[in-house]
Amino acid sequence: MSNKDSFGRTLIFVLIVSLVCSIVVAGAAVGLKPLQLDNKQLYKQTKILEASGLLEQAGKGKKAIQDTYGKYVTAKLIDLDTGEFVEGDAATYDQRLAALSSDTSIKPKADIAKINRRANQTVVYLVKDESGKTDTVVLEMRGSGLWSMMYAFVGLSTDLNTVKNVIYYDQGETPGLGGEIENPQWKALWQGKKLFNDNGDIAIKVIKGGAKAGDIHGVDGLSGATLTANGVEDTFTFWLGEEGFGPFIAKYRNGGL
Amino acid sequence: MADSQAMKKALWGPVLDNNPIGLQVLGICSALAVTGSMQKALIMTIAVVLVCAFSNLFISMIRNQIPNAVRIIVQMAVIASLVIVVDQVLKAFAYEMSKELSVYIALIITNCIVMGRAEAYAMKEPPLMSFIDGIGNGIGYGAMLMAVAFFRELFSKGSLFDIEILPLVQNGGWYQGNGLLILPFSSFFVIGLIIWAVREYKPEQVEKD
Repeated sequence: MSNKDSFGRTLIFVLIVSLVCSIVVAGAAVGLKPLQLDNKQLYKQTKILEASGLLEQAGKGKKAIQDTYGKYVTAKLIDLDTGEFVEGDAATYDQRLAALSSDTSIKPKADIAKINRRANQTVVYLVKDESGKTDTVVLEMRGSGLWSMMYAFVGLSTDLNTVKNVIYYDQGETPGLGGEIENPQWKALWQGKKLFNDNGDIAIKVIKGGAKAGDIHGVDGLSGATLTANGVEDTFTFWLGEEGFGPFIAKYRNGGL
Repeated sequence: MADSQAMKKALWGPVLDNNPIGLQVLGICSALAVTGSMQKALIMTIAVVLVCAFSNLFISMIRNQIPNAVRIIVQMAVIASLVIVVDQVLKAFAYEMSKELSVYIALIITNCIVMGRAEAYAMKEPPLMSFIDGIGNGIGYGAMLMAVAFFRELFSKGSLFDIEILPLVQNGGWYQGNGLLILPFSSFFVIGLIIWAVREYKPEQVEKD
């Protein structure tokens, strides 16, 4: 047995390798963290602007996005059970984190969208127009598709009924099939759809085989992605309902934002 | 010191003569997953070239010190560290890409090519040659990836690098995308056909019964 294979040598060698590797990994993770957080925030802001229809106006580039976001968008915390605005720092509030703790989240009674736990508070994004009046509200929704949790920003007019844009920003559905929920052609189908019928009931549907022309509550399904499309519909049904944004919508649908 | 002839062989040999996917049939798993589009395949290629080259380099540098009993674990530690670094760098500089690729980048750790080259080559050869061998095998892997991605993206999405070549029906064009090629397992067919073609051209690669 040669010297390098002795028990002591082996132990020391393994310790040194572990130490060096951990320093390299930790260094990369810590050193690059600010850049990564920046990217994450920028991505989110980009998607919120897209949901509110301001992305084209903002143009491309980091600064353009941040400026436009800062100028038009206000993030506010709401309590989902009461629908009221609450105090708190919306910029640092993390809904996904809150949903992990039983103190800050509930298990929905009717978990249609299979989200498992729902945070008590969430962020709504109020988007102003040029004159400073709120003209778009962006709500964040999530729900299970076929494979993955699908996260979306939904831009609504201030009647909280007319859809401006539905932007899925984080999902892991089959590329080319369920993943087409990010296809611009499909996203465009949502524009102008009404979420509620005249009686105030949730009416939005994703229809397999295609919605009838002129159907203001129906969006075409995605061929080859029935389960993803069902997930999208369930997501809306849940988040527009009593355990979602229902109380908030009931309070502000007639104005007041 | 190796001469330039040997270097050239180490660098370009794995592309056609000794392709890690085509001949050694290693790294198939990730080749299925990331070949849906050219851009993903390219990023994956770059990541694998970097990881493979540097893992070979570092392992070769310490090859005479590595105790035999723990050599595989040590190789894994080096490779895993490099993969995490690559993943972190991607998150910092190519965020949207990393969102889609993160899972597969992490899987480079288990990519048989990287480990295979570390064990089979870097444990015996000096650092420079190992480094070049790593790049060569990364390129060989990447060449196959790009070839598969070329067919899959072109015939399923009608585009290359997201630039539209065949306008799709759903975007108002005439081309009906091939649904089969969207799905990862279709790479089996494409890889199989490519291996067949290469072996027709180079019959010496055919295994003897």
